[in-house]
Amino acid sequence: MDLQQAVERLHARYAHALDEGRLEDWPEFFTQNGRYRITTAENEDRGLPLPVLYAEGRPMLRDRIQSLRHANIYEPQRYRHIVSSALVEQLDGSHARSVANFLVIRIMESGDTLLFASGRYVDRIVLSEEPQYEERVVICDSRRFDTLLAIPL
Amino acid sequence: MLQRTWPAEGLTRVPYWVYQDADIYQREQERIFRGATWSYLCLEAELPEPQSFLTTFVGDMPVVVARDASGAIHAFENRCAHRGALIAMQARGKTDRFACIYHNWTYDHAGNLLNVAFRKGIAGKGGMPAEARPESQAPKKLRVESVHGLVFGTLSSEVSSLKSYIGPEILPRIKRVMIKPVKVLGAYTQVLPNNWKLYMDNVKDTYHASLLHLFFTRFRINRLTQEGGVFVSKDGAHHCTFTRMIEDQGDAYEKEGMRSAGSSSSQFRLEAPELLEQEDELGDAVSIQILSLFPGFVLHQIRNSLAARQVLPKGIDRTELNWTLFGFADDDEAMTRRRLMQANLVGPAGYISMEDGAATGFVQRGVAGSPERASVIEMGGSGVGSGDSRITETAVRGLWQAWRRHMDL
Repeated sequence: MDLQQAVERLHARYAHALDEGRLEDWPEFFTQNGRYRITTAENEDRGLPLPVLYAEGRPMLRDRIQSLRHANIYEPQRYRHIVSSALVEQLDGSHARSVANFLVIRIMESGDTLLFASGRYVDRIVLSEEPQYEERVVICDSRRFDTLLAIPL
Repeated sequence: MLQRTWPAEGLTRVPYWVYQDADIYQREQERIFRGATWSYLCLEAELPEPQSFLTTFVGDMPVVVARDASGAIHAFENRCAHRGALIAMQARGKTDRFACIYHNWTYDHAGNLLNVAFRKGIAGKGGMPAEARPESQAPKKLRVESVHGLVFGTLSSEVSSLKSYIGPEILPRIKRVMIKPVKVLGAYTQVLPNNWKLYMDNVKDTYHASLLHLFFTRFRINRLTQEGGVFVSKDGAHHCTFTRMIEDQGDAYEKEGMRSAGSSSSQFRLEAPELLEQEDELGDAVSIQILSLFPGFVLHQIRNSLAARQVLPKGIDRTELNWTLFGFADDDEAMTRRRLMQANLVGPAGYISMEDGAATGFVQRGVAGSPERASVIEMGGSGVGSGDSRITETAVRGLWQAWRRHMDL
């Protein structure tokens, strides 16, 4: 499998896991110390570090999912991710950088369907038989979030 | 015009039409947001240098906040005197003057009309008559005052100074947090599917925090059994609640079977609890302080997370909550990192704050068929005042006392 295919396959598996509600699989897409950060284009442009959500390492990623499962109160909802083809660049023998656009549609139990988020995934990926994210930065185009952001983007 | 009357019980009942009526919304704009109240505009730190500006709102009214060349802060309505177009359309920036894009009328940093394009015509043709007074429709100017780096504005000439508006019960609690020059860490907006007052009474509801937010209770950040208290300003309008860090070893929540304590069958615990580690930077062992000013401002300290929240009505059942998180200008790397980690507690994805977005929306939807029914607000009796228990709704009653006074209802 070539690099482009391997990276896009990782993005696709990630999106399908979230959309199918397999949240427990989510931390496994990251390396042991992998970082996940959601931010906004505005904060990025202003050079401001504030994340909407930040996790560093699989324990913190798992905490987020455990909290969604056992602690937090939010209405039942699903996502549908649409991820564009990626611009992929090999950094060295074992790392690649990828930028891909995304749309996330949120579907509530009532059927209410909303274009919840759009933006870019800016990733640093460790290449191996099953590539993983060393860092995934989710840069949302808008500074606005409707009601709450529970499931990761 | 308004046919509504308040329930006979007084402040222990809040009728649901307050969240539903278009007439109420309009009267609030006039009497509260454009009336004798101070509205939060921004942090002084968001206007870092002379001639910088940002755009925001007071209620529905668009507003420009700007520093002039000498550094003084002004605020004025973002509406051109000519045809009413926005004068400034960017969120923030720096400019030596403002020019309306529509017909190039220009304004200074205080909102004074400087120039009307081709006012005298060209080569003796066209232009305005000499007696024309376009200044008569100039953008409204706000009175602007700051307190500990927080900038507020009002259209009212009657309302007292900002410090006396806030009052002696609450002012020291602002100073407690705003001890040094601040540094903005970032911002975002949470759009809430409910009336703005549902968010304000959620903020003032000291009773809900440890019952709704499992994160507070399970990890003993804020339980009603921990030492704490609530301050309410004399007129009821503003409040401040705090909880001390002292670990609560009791099991009141577990005994009473509160969901927020978790159950023995759910083994939820954090694998990475360092997220919650607090440095007692303010030196008084307070783990949480939530403070609100009427009508729409919240200042929070949750562990080492600090933020200003601006509550903006955007229609009867829509509210924008603008979060600006900050630290201090002299924070070291470790403190900045701690604040960014604890950003996970707040905002739309916050372990704690996401649930407020859910709960207030549930009320807006729940009451749709019962404008004539009312909330029951009787925890702690029927009074409005400060105290050392948070199993009370005293600050919520304070909100409604202030609201009714402004609304004459």
